[in-house]
Amino acid sequence: MSETILKLDKIVKTFPGTVANRGISLEIRKGEIHCLLGENGAGKTVLMSIVYGLHQADSGHIFYQGEPIDLRSPKDAIKRGIGMVHQHFMLVPNLTVAENIILGQYPPWKVLRRMDQVERRIEKLSQKFGLKIDPKAPVHRLSVGEQQRVEILKALYHGVDLLILDEPTAVLTPQESSGLLRFLKEMAGHGLTVIFITHKLDEVMQVSDRVTVLRDGRKVETVDTSEANPRILAKLMVGREVFLEQPSKKGTQGEEVLSVRDLSVDDERRLPAVKGVTFSVRSGEIVGIAGVSGNGQSELALALAGLSPTAEGEIEFCGEVAHNISPRKLSRLGFAHVPEDRHKMGIVLPFTVAENCILHDFDNHPYARNGFLQSKTITAHANDLAQRYDVRLSGVEQRIGELSGGNQQKIVMARELHRRPRLLLVNEPTRGIDIGATEFVRRQIAAQRDAGAAVLLISSDLEELFALSDRLLIFFEGRIVGETPARKELIEEIGLMMAGKSMESFSAEK
Amino acid sequence: MAPPSAAVAVALLVGGILLLFAGYSPLKAYAVMWTGAFGSLNNLAETLLKSTPLILIGSGLAVAFRSGIWNIGAEGQLYAGAVAATLAGIVFTGLPAFLLVPLVLMAGMLSGAIWGGLAGFLKVRFGASEIVTTIMLNFLAIIATSYLVTGPMIEAVGKFPQTAQIADAARLPRILLPTRLHVGFLLSLGVAVATYLLLFKSSRGYALRTVGISPDAARYAGINVGAGLLAAMAISGGVAGLAGAVEVTGLTFRLYQEISPGYGFDGIAVALLANNNPIGVIFTGILFGALRSGSEVMQMNAQVPSVLVSVIQGVVLLSAAALGVFRITQTNNQEE
Repeated sequence: MSETILKLDKIVKTFPGTVANRGISLEIRKGEIHCLLGENGAGKTVLMSIVYGLHQADSGHIFYQGEPIDLRSPKDAIKRGIGMVHQHFMLVPNLTVAENIILGQYPPWKVLRRMDQVERRIEKLSQKFGLKIDPKAPVHRLSVGEQQRVEILKALYHGVDLLILDEPTAVLTPQESSGLLRFLKEMAGHGLTVIFITHKLDEVMQVSDRVTVLRDGRKVETVDTSEANPRILAKLMVGREVFLEQPSKKGTQGEEVLSVRDLSVDDERRLPAVKGVTFSVRSGEIVGIAGVSGNGQSELALALAGLSPTAEGEIEFCGEVAHNISPRKLSRLGFAHVPEDRHKMGIVLPFTVAENCILHDFDNHPYARNGFLQSKTITAHANDLAQRYDVRLSGVEQRIGELSGGNQQKIVMARELHRRPRLLLVNEPTRGIDIGATEFVRRQIAAQRDAGAAVLLISSDLEELFALSDRLLIFFEGRIVGETPARKELIEEIGLMMAGKSMESFSAEK
Repeated sequence: MAPPSAAVAVALLVGGILLLFAGYSPLKAYAVMWTGAFGSLNNLAETLLKSTPLILIGSGLAVAFRSGIWNIGAEGQLYAGAVAATLAGIVFTGLPAFLLVPLVLMAGMLSGAIWGGLAGFLKVRFGASEIVTTIMLNFLAIIATSYLVTGPMIEAVGKFPQTAQIADAARLPRILLPTRLHVGFLLSLGVAVATYLLLFKSSRGYALRTVGISPDAARYAGINVGAGLLAAMAISGGVAGLAGAVEVTGLTFRLYQEISPGYGFDGIAVALLANNNPIGVIFTGILFGALRSGSEVMQMNAQVPSVLVSVIQGVVLLSAAALGVFRITQTNNQEE
């Protein structure tokens, strides 16, 4: 257990404009699960990309199993038994599982001739490790959780001894996450060494043997998990006391702002996704929508936001009919929307921060005059938002793609809240962002409620729903199967409803 | 501008090796080419003449490509513009120059815009790939032009497959006598600047760029994606049509078959090499113009087949694309 498998010595890595790693030294023991904890931008991923050969360190040394190694590319790393599963999967959607796993092996004509052998070996591996997967299935048909299994299998297929996982649970449901954590523990029992990049404290506590906290490109400390607790870790990570408890719930509820009646919405493939839901949201309350993702929440959000047509039913917003009207008109009525997919919808990645701040107002006074953008006003506006919402950036002319996820989300929040909405629709507001930003975003949402806005919160994070919502609607297969107060004590019932048990069945049992 | 110049350097190197293999002295050939492109006032003027349609088309295509629509049809749109301009220049002979010139140019622009807008409409309304439709519309425009100049629009004498000359008042004034350089070159610079302002300084351009990068974000921002695509297609088609009108009113004074030696296709390269920035297009347009005019002289004076220059142009593009990919992977790696 005490044998060192990987040793990093004073790793320094700079990118133009930023220092990602400022001399990090670290030892990983064979067979341990070692968590790398830190906020986004702390340098975790960069450090591990260096170990995986994706980046080369400016200075410092890497020792693997006692010898100094020099990794020029991931190929070198894989040869030595180091594998990495990225946050964004690196799979080819229209190839099969087996084809993805052997991708990059040479010579291809030889490998491809032995496909059935490869498939059999994958099957054996997947049985051995309990990672159920069909090697012949095309990857685009797999769920996100299954795709992750393919990534892990890929590493195991190449016989890795050290597996690096970059925020693996960010894309998983609670059930899938706990399954993954269990699997990792088992693998570590078999002698696999796991480095687990995360910023979720509960995961660290659950899974790791030791944890190293990084902050601003420096190592803060390595501690045994058994001697740590979430409060200590959060403090090490953020550098100050963090209030893990959420703001109190004290909204004064007013009139009905949003009312939805018998709403049905089809998805992109024109299959019914939302099937006749009825609910309303009052000013001064946060209504949470719980459910395993993919049960119609996304389609509901798009329909409410005027981004996809409704099939049936009515939406009323501040007394006006609001189904199938344009996003622009909705926005004028006081509707603000923080979309689920930040990169695809919420921001324009290659644009600057300043350009992103005027996404809804690019042709409105004072940002445009006579058809021309007023760069001074736009810059001043962006600076103002960045300052008020505590966005860390080198300047508003920076491309927003260069910011961390948390800072990107703060820009989105700033842009949407700045308009003082009467109805705020937030969809997965803290997915994939760090603890500091999460805390900030949640406070902002609560503050909107306190200021009298009606808030509809869609989240797959139950903790978040409990922390913020006044009441919960539970979605299953496009229907609302239950409504409960947002109280943690009800988690069991809510969990069952998320799996499809209706509220009536509870009362029937009683 | 680093990648374009690096691409040119690589291309000249590869081209040099090819020349060497083909049995020519690369240094000598390049020297001849340089003189051919820039060696005298007249050669410079010829280079700028060839750059004029390239800068025009490249600027328009920069707008289309930034808006995420792949207009491969500039060649056909140029022909559509040339036909309309010729027609206007033949019919409205009675008008004075200050009315006729703008009218003829507008006719070309409008015709190109309609030709391009047609592909845009098919895309927005039926989801037809603009790459396919614009290529088909190219054939249509080129063949229709052949038909027109051999039949309905053939000159009164009827000897050659060409139209009558346009009215004197419809011709663009020359700006650098005794060369043939005409005011169309200045117009192309103006169009480059205007499209630059449109793309990067106006709110319409902001909407177009948003549509080009992320249609989802555009819808979220309340931008009409279909209208944006249609506008981008009409603008790039209109500018290509203007290029056709400029060729007719500045240089040929009449319409005949194959009035363009492929400017519409070179324009794609010109735009891409400039990273779809119309100001950059001025430089890449002149570069491709110089390659064209230099190669003619090279062929005459160094007996190097001008096909080799096409090869060099191809290599410029390939290296630019490769360096572009290189740059993209570099920036991606820098993201955490």
